[in-house]
Amino acid sequence: MKPFVVLLALFAASTADFAFAETPEEKGLAIASEKDRRDNGFGDFTAEMTMVLRNKHGQESRREMRNKTLEVLNDGDKSLVVFGQPRDVKGTALLNFSHKTGLDDQWLFLPALRRVKRISSANKSGSFMGSEFAYEDITSEEVEKYTYKWLRDEAFAGQECFVLERYPAYKNSGYTRQVVWMDKAEYRIFKIDYYDRKNSLLKTVLYKNHKKYLDQYWYPDEMFMENRQTGKSTLLIWGKYNFRLGLTDGDFNKNSLKRVR
Amino acid sequence: MKPILPILFLALILFSPAESHEFSGEISAEARVFVNDAVQPGQKDRSSSLKFEGEYNHKFEGGSVVNVVPFFRQDSADSRRTHFDLREMNFVWVEDAFELRMGVGKVFWGVAEFQHLVDVINQTDLVENLDFEDKLGQPMVNLSLARDWGTVDLFLLPYFRERTFPGEGGRLRFGQVVDTANPVFESGARQWRQDWAVRYSHFVGDWDFGLYHFMGTNRDPSFLRGTDAEGKPTILPFYETINQTGLDVSLVQGSWLWKLEGLHRAGQGDKDYVAWTGGFEYTFFGIFDSGLDLGVLGEWLYDDRGSFALTPFENDVGTGLRLAFNDVQSTEFLLGWVQDVASPARLVFIEFSRRFGEHFKLNIETRLFLSQPKNDFLFSVRDDDLIQLEIEYHF
Repeated sequence: MKPFVVLLALFAASTADFAFAETPEEKGLAIASEKDRRDNGFGDFTAEMTMVLRNKHGQESRREMRNKTLEVLNDGDKSLVVFGQPRDVKGTALLNFSHKTGLDDQWLFLPALRRVKRISSANKSGSFMGSEFAYEDITSEEVEKYTYKWLRDEAFAGQECFVLERYPAYKNSGYTRQVVWMDKAEYRIFKIDYYDRKNSLLKTVLYKNHKKYLDQYWYPDEMFMENRQTGKSTLLIWGKYNFRLGLTDGDFNKNSLKRVR
Repeated sequence: MKPILPILFLALILFSPAESHEFSGEISAEARVFVNDAVQPGQKDRSSSLKFEGEYNHKFEGGSVVNVVPFFRQDSADSRRTHFDLREMNFVWVEDAFELRMGVGKVFWGVAEFQHLVDVINQTDLVENLDFEDKLGQPMVNLSLARDWGTVDLFLLPYFRERTFPGEGGRLRFGQVVDTANPVFESGARQWRQDWAVRYSHFVGDWDFGLYHFMGTNRDPSFLRGTDAEGKPTILPFYETINQTGLDVSLVQGSWLWKLEGLHRAGQGDKDYVAWTGGFEYTFFGIFDSGLDLGVLGEWLYDDRGSFALTPFENDVGTGLRLAFNDVQSTEFLLGWVQDVASPARLVFIEFSRRFGEHFKLNIETRLFLSQPKNDFLFSVRDDDLIQLEIEYHF
């Protein structure tokens, strides 16, 4: 055996030793990093989204959108969301270049004027289309957006789960912390509790009906977000996933924004 | 428009493999109430109006697109406001290396909110509204090349659209009705002068910018005095041939949005001139922990022709408040105030909109023309303060 390889083996053994002594923060980060590793490599996808908004009297309102996402190596993803319903906002489109650190780049296409407008992405905590989802709940998940702490392991929804706490590392978040239930076998998120700026429980989201795509990637069919303070809820249904369509940067520029309708 | 084009479109739509196609649009009813009695003979104090705007969208497997947007309005007070227009009839050929848009299209350039100074491709459909945001369809061929270093757009504009002006019964006009039947052109080719434009645009980090040059028939007419068949004085629109260079820049920094747009125009009148609009938009997100966003807008509008400017905004400051409720009904409220720097003249507008159910939307708009002195561009509309109510049905 060559000395270098011996050295490497020794080093590996020593880091393995450290693993036993890792702090809850290190363990939390390790779990988040592993999830990120497993989620990487999807390339691109398109999907349809339906939102059912329900107020506390049970009145419903629907939103329909189409989503296009392109994975970007070493940075956040590029995405394009086009609204189909309600009809008065049909054709309105949001182009987002997310970043691992710092603010995302965002452009909004206003179909009535055929105008593309650069907008501020500082509005992390604002409602997305009047729903219970905030912008920060639906933008691309990057390890760097949070710091982590592993809390405990427990069973949830019949799965053995990690329970992590994560703390937004970006400005203008509406949350002090989020508690995440993720299964140990496949690193699928099952539930997130969101705590507001006063550290009271604000919202709970349940991810349901996970399906495996491309033999590797797990995506939930439904996300049910419930506001625990107002009683309002939003059911987000994902459908018609298509992967690896060969999308390029050219599908995510201002020209493409103008013709998405 | 030559009939060959529609036939070509129809053939394309019928015989190409489609990925999807869709028809949508809106029908809306509008009522206008003018607070003060009309100043000019023939003008009405109230009007009601019906509008239809449809959109047919057809996507091909390769990503190319056809869309057709017909528009029609029927108005009770102003026969000229009753009009049809083909807002769009575009074939967009999409390849990796380029996009070619052919037909009748609509293009918007600019970043400012209180006026759209550098937006030059489409003619304003002024009978629709005073805000210059309604545009007539422009025949064009547009080649767009998107590259890593920016996007270059080349435009050939083969036919000129004349501006619409309110007629006898319409408010929001000059003392005399503009004689749109007798336009005067500097170019001997009249509407058929072949105009062109080229624009470079790009973004770097938080900066977005665009620079263009336009050579062609001025979308903003000058006005000449004339007489009609009965010897009565009239106003004739005079469309000169101009060279215009325009720039627009925006910078986003956290909750701040900074914007500047400006132009240099040669060929309208004897002297070249510059005009610009610049300012900011700052948004207080989630005020009072309520999810409401409050935007504060400030812009300075300047035109170095001064009192000879063919715009009311030769040296004005615009301020505005925009309140977005971010609720299920997308309730929005906008208050704007454009104050002349050198005179008491000011324009105040309030806009409110809210969705009802899934298909209906209510818009309420008021415009007040306050303290207009005799020499102000808006003097002739001084008594045209109005409240406008609009109910839209979207399908």
